[in-house]
Amino acid sequence: MTADTYAEAHPASEFLSGVRASIPVIVAAAPFGVLFGALAVENGFSASEAMLMSAAIFGGASQMVGIDLFGARVAPWLIVFSIFAVNFRHVLYSATIGRYIAHWTPLQRFVGFFFLVDPQFAEAEQRVEKGRSLGFAWYMGVALPLYVFWIAESGLGAVFGRLIPNTQALGLDFLLPIYFLGLVMSFRKRAMWLPVVGVSAFVSVVAYHTIGSPWHVSIGAVAGVLVGALFAPKAFREKRP
Amino acid sequence: MSTIFWITLAGAVLTYLTRIGGHLVLSRFERIHPRVEAGLDAVPAAVLTTLVAPAAMEGGPAEVAALVTGVLIALAGGGMMPLFLSSAAVLILLRNIL
Repeated sequence: MTADTYAEAHPASEFLSGVRASIPVIVAAAPFGVLFGALAVENGFSASEAMLMSAAIFGGASQMVGIDLFGARVAPWLIVFSIFAVNFRHVLYSATIGRYIAHWTPLQRFVGFFFLVDPQFAEAEQRVEKGRSLGFAWYMGVALPLYVFWIAESGLGAVFGRLIPNTQALGLDFLLPIYFLGLVMSFRKRAMWLPVVGVSAFVSVVAYHTIGSPWHVSIGAVAGVLVGALFAPKAFREKRP
Repeated sequence: MSTIFWITLAGAVLTYLTRIGGHLVLSRFERIHPRVEAGLDAVPAAVLTTLVAPAAMEGGPAEVAALVTGVLIALAGGGMMPLFLSSAAVLILLRNIL
């Protein structure tokens, strides 16, 4: 506990504590980053274009969809729209995290929100859940290593992608769902967790088969959020002055 | 400039808007209603679940076994790394022997 208090007061050590939190995330995302680079080249990207996409968009799933559609020669505006659709869930992250960063300067917010990817959001939420403040130094300590490694992995995959033996046998395509499952489980102490997860899962699977990807993510998420909004004990609490 | 460049640029701008948009909208309100607050608390589980569920439904025995392993390890109190590594091990093992 004393170490935490100390960390809050010193931006440098808070930053380092963020870097430590980023390490497992980097391990989990690394195969995916390399895979993105390899697939980007297969779909007609150069190594530098793959790295530019990772640096500018910084959103794994949306980048995968982007290169896939580009390879299929889909109209550019539709590719851009699909990237937007895949990333639409970030609106919810942004609204959620916004509650804890009232003490950030406007510039810190403009910079910080750029890095609000799934694991960044999950790490930040877990930190808030532990009752600790969400400082800009800690946040960037998580974000910058993720960002730098993500770009580097895209480049590595683009250059050396052909050397990856059998991605199926290595399970690379399924590491991310496993990682996201781990994140879902880490929030299981929250109010209404099981109903939220159950409804999100059910609605997203139905939407996946009816409306189609990537909208199943936003639709399933909104369904789960509504369960929380309508039934969580907090929703019935009297407004405090 | 190439098509890829413009796709990347436009995709990046729209992605940034999704990452700051929720905050820009919500920060216009002085007080957040308890229901909105409760809904936002459900966001992590709600969104992240949708990234797993269809993959789980589409998956075969190896994929399902890997996810079940992950759930059991979490319920037994295991953290992210033990969960991730054990699930991945189960996945790779079953994919190579099934």
